[in-house]
Amino acid sequence: MGINIMFWILAAMAVTGALMVVNMRSLFRAALGLIMCFLSIAGLFITLSAEYLGIVQILVYIGAIAVLIIMAVVMTREVEHSNLASPYKLPAIASALAFIGIAIWAILNTKWPTTVIANDMIPPLQTHSIGQLLFGQDGLVLAVEIAALLIVVAVIGAVSVAKEK
Amino acid sequence: MDIGLTHYLVLAVLLFGIGLYGALSRRHAIVILMCIELMLNAANIMLVAFSKYTAYHQFDGQALVMFCFVVAAAEVSVGLAIIITFYRRRKNIDIRDVNLLKW
Repeated sequence: MGINIMFWILAAMAVTGALMVVNMRSLFRAALGLIMCFLSIAGLFITLSAEYLGIVQILVYIGAIAVLIIMAVVMTREVEHSNLASPYKLPAIASALAFIGIAIWAILNTKWPTTVIANDMIPPLQTHSIGQLLFGQDGLVLAVEIAALLIVVAVIGAVSVAKEK
Repeated sequence: MDIGLTHYLVLAVLLFGIGLYGALSRRHAIVILMCIELMLNAANIMLVAFSKYTAYHQFDGQALVMFCFVVAAAEVSVGLAIIITFYRRRKNIDIRDVNLLKW
């Protein structure tokens, strides 16, 4: 089945990209690994029949966030020691492995309620449905307004923090 | 074996664990920011997977992910502004030097 093969390819790409972020010595290559990870996560959203989120993921994460991170990497190029480990490497590995182990154990031992939505029940116009949920009658309009306020405050704060004194 | 909810959850946990390891163990502030983005993305995968496989209403999880996008964009802009300011003062962004608020 095609979607199974797609899942395995995209999952391998996502994990490889994440490992590149952590392990690459050059910061620029770590940022490229981050882009690969974001791209495969957009593909995973599409395999989860969330096409709209996949496209927004590419626009926001790759078009804005990854480019912003690459610009910051290029602007701070003179920093001589790049992606090195801190003295807390062993505790970090131990806690990350402990987290992964406990979480996977919990996931495998939980009986999830599976109300699988059949593929023909998914409405063809996803953008329409998400827009109805966000802006429609008793939707999430207040939360959308608060999110807009949050991003305005964040942008003004970023400008005023990074301004030359 | 068909791909189910468990596969997506395990993948998200793996990505979150890698991001956690990086955020705890790297020295460079920009790498720590990238690892935080990875962890946010892992949470997004979990939300979308739950909203496909177990949700009563299919689009609730996807609407939550939209708000996660907004928060991630705000977080990365403020974080990079702080990093650039620190770099301008110290010519260095080693996280071990960021101890101005340490008591």
